[in-house]
Amino acid sequence: MPLHTDRAFESQLTQLRTAVLEMGGLVEDQIAQAMRALAERDDALSRAVIERDHVVNRFDVEIDDLSLKLLALHQPAARDLRLITTALKITTDLERIGDLASNIAERAAELAAEPPLRPLVDLPRLAELASGMVHGSLDAFVREDVALALEVCASDDTIDALHAQLVRSLLSAMTEDANTIGRTMRLLFVSKYLERVADHATNIAEMVIFMVKGRSIRHLDTVPRQL
Amino acid sequence: MVPSVTTEPSKSPLQRAVSFHSPVKIAVDDLSVRYGDTLALDRVSLDIPERCVTALIGPSGCGKSTFLRCLNRMNDNIRNVTISGRVCVDGEDLYGDEIDPVAVRRRIGMVFQKSNPFPKSIFENVAYGPRVHGLRDLVELREIVERSLQQAALWDEVCDRLHSSALELSGGQQQRLCIARALAVQPEVLLMDEPASALDPLATAKIEELIQELKADYTIVIVTHNMQQAARVSDYTAYFYMGRLVEFGQTELLFTNPQKPETEDYITGRFG
Repeated sequence: MPLHTDRAFESQLTQLRTAVLEMGGLVEDQIAQAMRALAERDDALSRAVIERDHVVNRFDVEIDDLSLKLLALHQPAARDLRLITTALKITTDLERIGDLASNIAERAAELAAEPPLRPLVDLPRLAELASGMVHGSLDAFVREDVALALEVCASDDTIDALHAQLVRSLLSAMTEDANTIGRTMRLLFVSKYLERVADHATNIAEMVIFMVKGRSIRHLDTVPRQL
Repeated sequence: MVPSVTTEPSKSPLQRAVSFHSPVKIAVDDLSVRYGDTLALDRVSLDIPERCVTALIGPSGCGKSTFLRCLNRMNDNIRNVTISGRVCVDGEDLYGDEIDPVAVRRRIGMVFQKSNPFPKSIFENVAYGPRVHGLRDLVELREIVERSLQQAALWDEVCDRLHSSALELSGGQQQRLCIARALAVQPEVLLMDEPASALDPLATAKIEELIQELKADYTIVIVTHNMQQAARVSDYTAYFYMGRLVEFGQTELLFTNPQKPETEDYITGRFG
């Protein structure tokens, strides 16, 4: 791909891509730290995650500003236009993932204040899978890799199945011991948050496909295997 | 042949009201133009749909103006020019032996980059064409002048000074006067060669709005260096490069998702 004749535009597009990736790296770390805080009952770490959400929000605002500036000043077309509109939409999803990481940290802080519950069953695995989807969708973004993006979209089903399984086992735990309902409910929330993280990762992957191919695969009943 | 499009037509309710299967007004087939030894157009085939705006874009020297000028035989008088191929309007070959170039130019009007009103009154500028074609009846001439000026969105600004000199008008008004003059002979096709490039943004917006109104009655082909203008006003866009037609398709597809890397490089500014 030849470079733009307008060097300033070229470097601002690079800046935009980098900012999206930095924001993505940050929210991935937020999920990892929130899950660690949950597993290790680390109240200080929970607070740190909640505190750091404003950095994620700042990225959201700055990427929006940069995108608007690029749209207004350069009237981009074709792949440049698709990159910028994709960045605008991706950051909304990343910002929501950041919020969900904070929500996990809030639940972790609440749980840390109460007597410990039995092990976290499959929650760490769910977190790992969801986080992996976020990572995969951002990789697909930077490498413009449609096959990888499609893989991310397809793995959402695994997450949904695992979440459903978690809901069942947490529900039966609540039935067994009514004293744990309050705490188990919080774990149920965490499972739902992680399931939502995966949905946002799927949105990002779908936008990457649009960015590369100029074709929307959103809101289809089944994920196409290839394009 | 329906114009080839960059991808399958979208059935989305948001699709612009472009008649996708407009009949072909001008069918260009294998058109080549040489100026002496220089090949200016290289075997271009393109169907221009009726009552739509078709924009021709591309860098300087790409052949878009040469192409435009072939559509009403404006290249005929250039020395050393060789034209081959066919340009058919409603199925009739413009370069056929029995065709009169003057009659062609009545059917296919042209507006140039620089407005070029005659040093006469506003009225006489518009009445000039019909007079040349033999119309003498003053009542009829007045009707034509009023209708043409109205179509060119200039009537309200000049109706009380029709006999003032056309040269007193502003640049934007002069360009609309030239459009009115082209419309006065009731052409079927309007060719525009950079019609707004010498105008300020407001006058440009007026010309663009006018183009949108005129396409209800006329087939319009416009050459422009302003890609945003092509994107705004046209239904179809053709990208030319070094005398070749690189890509032709629905404007909204060509500007959001072109199929050829060369087109993409040009419209995104990755050029040269």
